[in-house]
Amino acid sequence: MPKLLTGAEIVFKCLEDQKVEHIFGYPGGAVLPIYDELKNHPSIKHILVRHEQGAGHAAEGYARSSGKPGVVLVTSGPGATNVVTALTDAYMDSVPLVCISGQVPTHLIGTDAFQECDTTGITRPCTKHNWLVKDINDLSKIIHEAFRVATTGRPGPVLIDIPKDIQFAKTKYKKPNKEKKLNGKSHNKFSQDQIDELVNLLSKSKKPIIYSGGGVINSGPKASQALREFVELTGFPITSTLQGLGAYPGDDNQFLGMLGMHGTYEANNAMHDCDLLINIGARFDDRITGKIDEFSPNSKKVHIDIDPSSINKIIKVDLAIVGDVTSVISKINKTISKRKNGHSKSNKSNIAKWWEQIEKWREKDSLNFVNSDESIKPQHAVRRLYEITKNKDTYVTTEVGQHQMWAAQHYKFNKPNRWMTSGGLGTMGYGLPAAVGVQIAHPEKLVIDIAGEASVLMTMQEMSTAVQYNLPIKIFILNNQYMGMVRQWQELLHEKNYSESYSEALPDFMKMAEAYGCKGIKADSPAELDDKIQEMIDYDGPVIFDCHVDPNENCFPMIPSGKPHNQMILGPNDQEENKIKGKGKALV
Amino acid sequence: MPKSKSAYSIPSKKQKSDTYIFVVWVDNEAGVLARVVGLFSGRGYNIESLAVAEVDAVKNISRITIVTTGTPQVIDQIKLQLTKLVPVHKVAEFKREDKDVIFKEMALFKVVGKRNKIEKCLNACKKFNPVILDETKTSAVIQITALRREIDVMNKKLKPLGLISTSRTGAVAMTRGAKIFN
Repeated sequence: MPKLLTGAEIVFKCLEDQKVEHIFGYPGGAVLPIYDELKNHPSIKHILVRHEQGAGHAAEGYARSSGKPGVVLVTSGPGATNVVTALTDAYMDSVPLVCISGQVPTHLIGTDAFQECDTTGITRPCTKHNWLVKDINDLSKIIHEAFRVATTGRPGPVLIDIPKDIQFAKTKYKKPNKEKKLNGKSHNKFSQDQIDELVNLLSKSKKPIIYSGGGVINSGPKASQALREFVELTGFPITSTLQGLGAYPGDDNQFLGMLGMHGTYEANNAMHDCDLLINIGARFDDRITGKIDEFSPNSKKVHIDIDPSSINKIIKVDLAIVGDVTSVISKINKTISKRKNGHSKSNKSNIAKWWEQIEKWREKDSLNFVNSDESIKPQHAVRRLYEITKNKDTYVTTEVGQHQMWAAQHYKFNKPNRWMTSGGLGTMGYGLPAAVGVQIAHPEKLVIDIAGEASVLMTMQEMSTAVQYNLPIKIFILNNQYMGMVRQWQELLHEKNYSESYSEALPDFMKMAEAYGCKGIKADSPAELDDKIQEMIDYDGPVIFDCHVDPNENCFPMIPSGKPHNQMILGPNDQEENKIKGKGKALV
Repeated sequence: MPKSKSAYSIPSKKQKSDTYIFVVWVDNEAGVLARVVGLFSGRGYNIESLAVAEVDAVKNISRITIVTTGTPQVIDQIKLQLTKLVPVHKVAEFKREDKDVIFKEMALFKVVGKRNKIEKCLNACKKFNPVILDETKTSAVIQITALRREIDVMNKKLKPLGLISTSRTGAVAMTRGAKIFN
């Protein structure tokens, strides 16, 4: 007779079979049997966070930087509710997470027991799927299924709620099923005809643009490789969403920079004026499209996505190709190469004029800003940080707000999985715990959280985690004493009524660093910035870097809401110019 | 430049909404109805009526019929979003006007009154296969099967004749001929 295992043992058996090496968690009454079992499984390392939200974001950082699912372990009630923000964040940004939560014993469910909550009810809208395990015999099957759901198709978070009595109950362990049942939901649904149609469009186009997104990153490093080949083969300009940064080298000449609300002038104008738009693994988010009715009005639109429900959700497209980015792009590349052998005519000459136009837009230098000798401009800080760290294979996380956009604009990423930011949900407090997770996955690499002082205070407690595990994360705070993005909107839209966006009584971050047992560094003037950044990088341990920046700086360029791509507000240089020349924006 | 005071764009022109019927085959497991209904409420879709019951006890499959209204784009989204749910096996959708599909609701009317009033009620219901499920000297429970709008009409019509209580189901649907939903 095979050995009977307890539910807690089965949990670890499953995690071992799924090749899990790290879990992020916080113990509590309803998960104690699982925590008790932890000591018997040396291949799995538990990272103790200071708040369950931190566990969720750390697991997200781990997943996004490594391509493996992040695993979270929390207790019932408050443990589960605290992780909801991170689950929602992962759902919006398609990050594979497996969250295991404890639950009160089965017979107490529904009685308002101590630390009971309807976890599966609460997390239903913010997970791909969730399970309440009511029978020990289902446990192993459910956990393996959970990993499958989280990691296949469009990735996302899942949750398994395990009552305490199930953790004690005993049964036989079942290994994961080798044969994957697809339930009619196979992911590659495209045909060669569609690929041919796309290749035809490519060769006819005079003003094409590629718009790539997080789907390329999620599809794995091979997708980025295929994308680079595709861009080289076609000679087309490429722009990227916030989540797609790094899939294509940020310093390459064919790359136009990020598009959307704070995207570059050339990327947004190219989107508006193009005759062929190829969306690869992006979802026409409202921060990207601006006004829907006037979005890229004269283009044929192609959408490549693994999730059929992304297609035609916001923007009607002319050609939809449902499939995994790697397989689709590889097929396209093969088809293009084959055709070129037949007749070597490429359409690169067709698009020469288009490139001339793009170069004209580029001359605007829309990411420009007025630098200063007296105060540190936040853009300057990010640029210096990039210059000093660019040869180090650096991993960057961010919080949410102005600093996030400046990081996206001025830090150039050359590889996928190096950029972790909360885009869909826009979760302030994401970056610090995410950096913890990234550092766990890549212990030897340089990991920097480009942060704002308001955001970072939301999850500051995770510095304690960083110190406990000696994770040398660098928290680079662009401290402008304001919730900068809120202040910017108030300046532009609410007649400078800075309602509650100034942070009075900010803590002394130097002392805070000392209190946590890590290093604090402060920079006040541009002259000392480089040395201080170098000091931060050279220090072997976690650092809180308090970079005092100009509090009045705004993030430009910007598409005001409800406006199309060709009506951007540019930075102060250009605004000055416009005053003189009148309607200088009608450049094209 | 006129300023929008919102961080979001202004809604664009509304397309015309139509009524559609969705038929969804799901695993009959705990919480599955909440997942389907939660999808509708969470994404702002509307449910006019809902009918659900197990149809295959061996395979443990339930069939959910949902009547909803939406623009073609929304209807498309509903279908694709439903298909993404893990316990959903199959989704079929058709327009209410579709001639190839039968679609029925059932209603129970309790009428209290003298014999002649009850007779009048039965007469009024004649077109909708009335069945008397319970009868006393002063009351009757009448079952009819009809379309939603027909039941609405009857509901109004029977009020002056002594109708005191109405109970009705959501719509269920079936294709005509030998075809089935695919």
